[in-house]
Amino acid sequence: MALAQQSSPHARRARSTSNVMLWVILASLPGLLAQTIFFGWGNLINVIWCVVLAVGTEAAMLKLRKRPVMFFIRDNTAAVTGLLLGLSLPPLAPFWVSAIAVIAAIVLAKQLYGGLGSNPFNPAMVGYALVLISFPVAMTTNWAEPAILWQGAPSLADTLATMASGKQSAVDAFTMATPLDQYKHSISSKTAAEVLTHPTFGDGVARGWEWVNAGFLAGGLLLLAMRIITWHIPVSFLAGLAIMSLAFGSNPDLYAPLSMHLLAGGTMLGAFFIATDPVSAATSHQGKLIYGAGIGVLIYLIRTWGSYPDAVAFGVLLMNFAVPFIDHYTPPRTYGHHKARRGIPTKSQG
Amino acid sequence: MNSQLWDFSGGIHPAENKVLSTRRPIESSTLPERLILPLQQHIGAPAEPCVAVGDRVLKGQTIATVSGTLGVPVHAPTSGTIEAVSMHPVPHPSGMSDQCIILIPDGKEEWIQRTPVEDFHTLDRETVLQRIRDYGIAGLGGAGFPTNIKLRPPKDRKVSTLILNGAECEPYITADDMTMRERSDEIASGLRLMAWILRPERCVIAVEDNKPEAITALRKATSGTQTEVVVIPTKYPSGGEKQLIQILTGMEVPSGGIPADIGVMCQNIGTAIAVSRAIHRGEPLISRVTTITGQAVSEPGTFDVLLGTPISHLLKQAGLNEQAVDRLILGGPMMGYTLETPDVPVVKTTNCVIASTAQELPAPPPEQPCIRCGMCAEACPMELLPQQLFWYSKAGEYEKAEHLNLFDCIECGACSYVCPSSIPLVQYYRAAKGEIRVQQAEHLKADRARERFEARQARLEREQQEKEQRRKDRAKAAAEAQARKQAEAEKAESEDGPTNDRAAKAALVQEALARKKAKTESAGSAGPAKETPAEQEKPDLEALEKQLSQATAKLNTMQSMLNDAKAENADNVEKLERAVAKNHDRVKRAETALADARSVLADTQTTDS
Repeated sequence: MALAQQSSPHARRARSTSNVMLWVILASLPGLLAQTIFFGWGNLINVIWCVVLAVGTEAAMLKLRKRPVMFFIRDNTAAVTGLLLGLSLPPLAPFWVSAIAVIAAIVLAKQLYGGLGSNPFNPAMVGYALVLISFPVAMTTNWAEPAILWQGAPSLADTLATMASGKQSAVDAFTMATPLDQYKHSISSKTAAEVLTHPTFGDGVARGWEWVNAGFLAGGLLLLAMRIITWHIPVSFLAGLAIMSLAFGSNPDLYAPLSMHLLAGGTMLGAFFIATDPVSAATSHQGKLIYGAGIGVLIYLIRTWGSYPDAVAFGVLLMNFAVPFIDHYTPPRTYGHHKARRGIPTKSQG
Repeated sequence: MNSQLWDFSGGIHPAENKVLSTRRPIESSTLPERLILPLQQHIGAPAEPCVAVGDRVLKGQTIATVSGTLGVPVHAPTSGTIEAVSMHPVPHPSGMSDQCIILIPDGKEEWIQRTPVEDFHTLDRETVLQRIRDYGIAGLGGAGFPTNIKLRPPKDRKVSTLILNGAECEPYITADDMTMRERSDEIASGLRLMAWILRPERCVIAVEDNKPEAITALRKATSGTQTEVVVIPTKYPSGGEKQLIQILTGMEVPSGGIPADIGVMCQNIGTAIAVSRAIHRGEPLISRVTTITGQAVSEPGTFDVLLGTPISHLLKQAGLNEQAVDRLILGGPMMGYTLETPDVPVVKTTNCVIASTAQELPAPPPEQPCIRCGMCAEACPMELLPQQLFWYSKAGEYEKAEHLNLFDCIECGACSYVCPSSIPLVQYYRAAKGEIRVQQAEHLKADRARERFEARQARLEREQQEKEQRRKDRAKAAAEAQARKQAEAEKAESEDGPTNDRAAKAALVQEALARKKAKTESAGSAGPAKETPAEQEKPDLEALEKQLSQATAKLNTMQSMLNDAKAENADNVEKLERAVAKNHDRVKRAETALADARSVLADTQTTDS
């Protein structure tokens, strides 16, 4: 009788990292569906292109780093990075812009730091920020005009041709400024009512965008229900953004209203799918609250007074910097202790 | 009706797998060929055998005793012959062997004289506690802490809540469940006894809500008493002492403290029965209820087992499929450890043996990198940061791990259970704790060595300083004497003039002698005084002669010692050489003094006459 020797516990829950990532991918589908319906084939093509490229780049890097390729590819984390970029890049962004973003994300932000689990910054957002700064024209002029997929949106072939052409800006007829961009740039000379007559806003908050955000919110709630993420980061993220908006931008004739902040940009995608990337986020409950709130506040600041229309990437990256610091000062109070032991150990504490 | 409950942080809901071993009532195990009785089945000093090989012993007879306070004796579980006292594999995570008494049963089940006590109120508490110890009772829950000591909390700690822990939160284990179903009266009686000893304000039996039969039985057994049967939600590890106390009282056991610090005590279901049997039946702890389960046994169940029964014997009784078994786990799937051999015996703390198949509890997949998902922190019932502890443990940054309260980890395994990267977190913590303990021990040893060294250095330095001081004192005294001598000589010279040299010298010697005399007189207090000068001088000459001879003798001794040392090439040669030189000077001085004195004496005599 050859008996196996194993350290306890002997039972484990059958939820692997690859399983978790798969659920993240599945949970993003409602948002992707809404993007496709309201903004055409662009995002779907982007997602596929970015995922394929991300997985390929990851495999190549693993090979270069002499790591087991399939062992790591199977964890699905590279696919998630590609997915997040595909979801957040402008739908009609030229193929090479997405490629640069993906390669920067996987090579610079992830593999060069040691691969899965070792990256201090959210890889997808590093890639996004890089192309946003480097190619501002490509990143602002390729947002598709809101149209129902089967009513007036460019065909799959047209979309593919546009993205593959490699031109910085797509055909004007297909594109339109994002609602946040539009509002920000026209509110200085117009009243809120005048601004909202622009076709990008539609009848609700922002045509198409409200559905996209609703889709990501639904997916996020699924992740919450499955306990793949906790409520702390999304809630504090949205609360930080909302409180800033209510405190400083309650006059819609001066600043974009709260509804616009919550539903017209990358807010829900950011709150539930990007900021919750565990590797680069704070860890304790209290830390997550600070981290999420910080992102929300930064997004408001940059959207309102910065030079970029949206700011999820910058908000997340800036808070990534703060994570080690937050983590040191937000450990939970352990059972049986009067208070949490904050900070780093000093000699006197032994 | 249920009293107020609190929740504990974290926790998990693993598959229970308890139905396997609750289908049949508790079954008595058959008598094995041999009983193996480890001398240490409890926390404390191991017991010492008090029987010899070949002795016939009766059921319940003490076969090993404990002399210290911490420890309990071992009893023969049945009548038979002592075959050996030898090393044998014992249940231990390391798979080690230990001293065991091997007993060959004779099948007669012949009891010793038992002394049941009908009404324990006729005894005093000390007698009951003593009997609990003498009857070998140590906690049957897992740690095996001597029950009599636990029932005697520190004087300044009043136990106001006595908890009987029937949570049995680990999957698979059903020993307590079956015991509560079938032996609730004995449990109630054991609890009464313990309550009588401790006089708490509240007595609680806590049971997880997945054991409805047990709850019904206990409610029946305790109806009409003040004992509360409290049903708690099923969540692992609710049966952890600290978590159970939190659930029932909302209080937390202080870190590093014991439950009695907050007026609480937890006792195990099996321990209550053992206490009841010790008093009411006069039977020592010689058997316990153990679950034999897992998919590799065809008839899993709960057995009443004589202590010392080899687990292999029980597995056979439960229908072990030797082809199917992948691992044998002693304890539950969360905190139990794997056995290297099924030959180890059932001891006082053995509550469960799982013979699992590879499909049932598969080997963990390879460890992946930590993605900081925080599921471990969500599951941790102690509100630790398992992932930080993991990094620091892995990196050997033990100071940081300790800072994050590594030693508060109860090793319940909830973090490893949920880890999506399949990291054996608990294993890392155990390794880190072990490493820290080793380091602390070494540190302590090094500290002691340093203290010893420093003490020695300080002593040597002090001795050196004292020596130096003595030398300085001598030098000072010599210098003073020299100065005085010179001053006197000058004085004498100025008085008598350089012409009367001899007279001056004589006067000097006279004076010195007078001084000396005065000194001896004052030292010898009222000695016979008034001596004539002639009388004075004569013994003085003798004294000087004596001094000279002494000095010469000493010089000779020194010289011979030096010669010896030189011959042996000893390391004190230099020192001896110095000593010889010094003595040589001394002899010379004595000679000069004697010569001077003689000439002076001759002079004075001539002057006088």
